Amino acid sequence: MVEPFSQSFLIEGRNFLNAGKASTEIKSILKQLGVNAAFIRRVAIAAYEAEMNVVMYARKAKMTFQVTPQVIKILVNDEGPGIPDIERAMREGYSTATPEMREMGFGAGMGLPNIKRNSDDFTIESEVGKGTQLGITINIS
Amino acid sequence: MLLLSEIRELLSSEVYVGEEHLSETDIKFGCASDLMSDVLAFSRSGAVLLTGLVNVQTIQTAFIADISAVVFVRGKRPADDIISLAKEKRIPVLGTPYSMYEACGKLYAKGLTSTMEPAVSNGFQARI
Ligand SMILES: Nc1ncnc2c1ncn2[C@@H]1O[C@H](COP(=O)(O)OP(=O)(O)OP(=O)(O)O)[C@@H](O)[C@H]1O
Ligand SMILES: [Mg+2]
Repeated sequence: MVEPFSQSFLIEGRNFLNAGKASTEIKSILKQLGVNAAFIRRVAIAAYEAEMNVVMYARKAKMTFQVTPQVIKILVNDEGPGIPDIERAMREGYSTATPEMREMGFGAGMGLPNIKRNSDDFTIESEVGKGTQLGITINIS
Repeated sequence: MLLLSEIRELLSSEVYVGEEHLSETDIKFGCASDLMSDVLAFSRSGAVLLTGLVNVQTIQTAFIADISAVVFVRGKRPADDIISLAKEKRIPVLGTPYSMYEACGKLYAKGLTSTMEPAVSNGFQARI
């Protein structure tokens, strides 16, 4: 049985030097907790896509990571521009990434669809001018 | 399936990280992209990633997606920060003088299959 665990991370927008650190740490923690590798991969992909979106589009965010014997949850609450049309943002291939971001390997417009695909339950809420909240749940039992 | 040491030979590769593990690393699939979200969508654990994107995010993406090795194409050399992250994450990193097209072709010809289903079997729709 997996031990309960929880931790929060602060993610800074525009800080490409630290981009991905929270998700790689989450992955390392899940390995230590002995979670099955296929679940870890799904959690890590969802967390990484969410983290990179904060780095690229928002000012900052709090990412909360919770593990229980039944589920892994990742909640991301950012302060930023928000998403005016969530349905469009969720579409594969839709991206507002700048040329600089594309040069770094982002902007496929696959991030949000990837998060949804790897989640058992996925929620997204956003308010323009305020920020965006993601709720990612992966069942592990 | 190919050993990473066979891939090194096939691609006339230079080895930047993981020299000592090449002959014990099985590679089950191949995938190639310069877009990291594509890699996260279409790769599988145990794949080799061929890419022209030479930065720290490439290694981080490989770690996140359980990629077994990274090959930088067209002779692009990784900087020190890339090499040290790959060492820390224990991800072998190779470089090949071949273009992405040639490098993929060489591995595909040796039977290394894609991480995606063949397009013809699912009506040209990317399988997700
Ligand atoms: N946290 C966020 N705040 C504001 N806008 C966002 C946020 N996350 C996503 N978006 C918007 O939704 C679009 C789609 O996001 P998604 O992650 O699917 O693709 P991308 O980030 O553009 O490219 P990729 O993830 O493939 O590198 C983004 O281009 C951006 O306009
Ligand atoms: Mg994204």
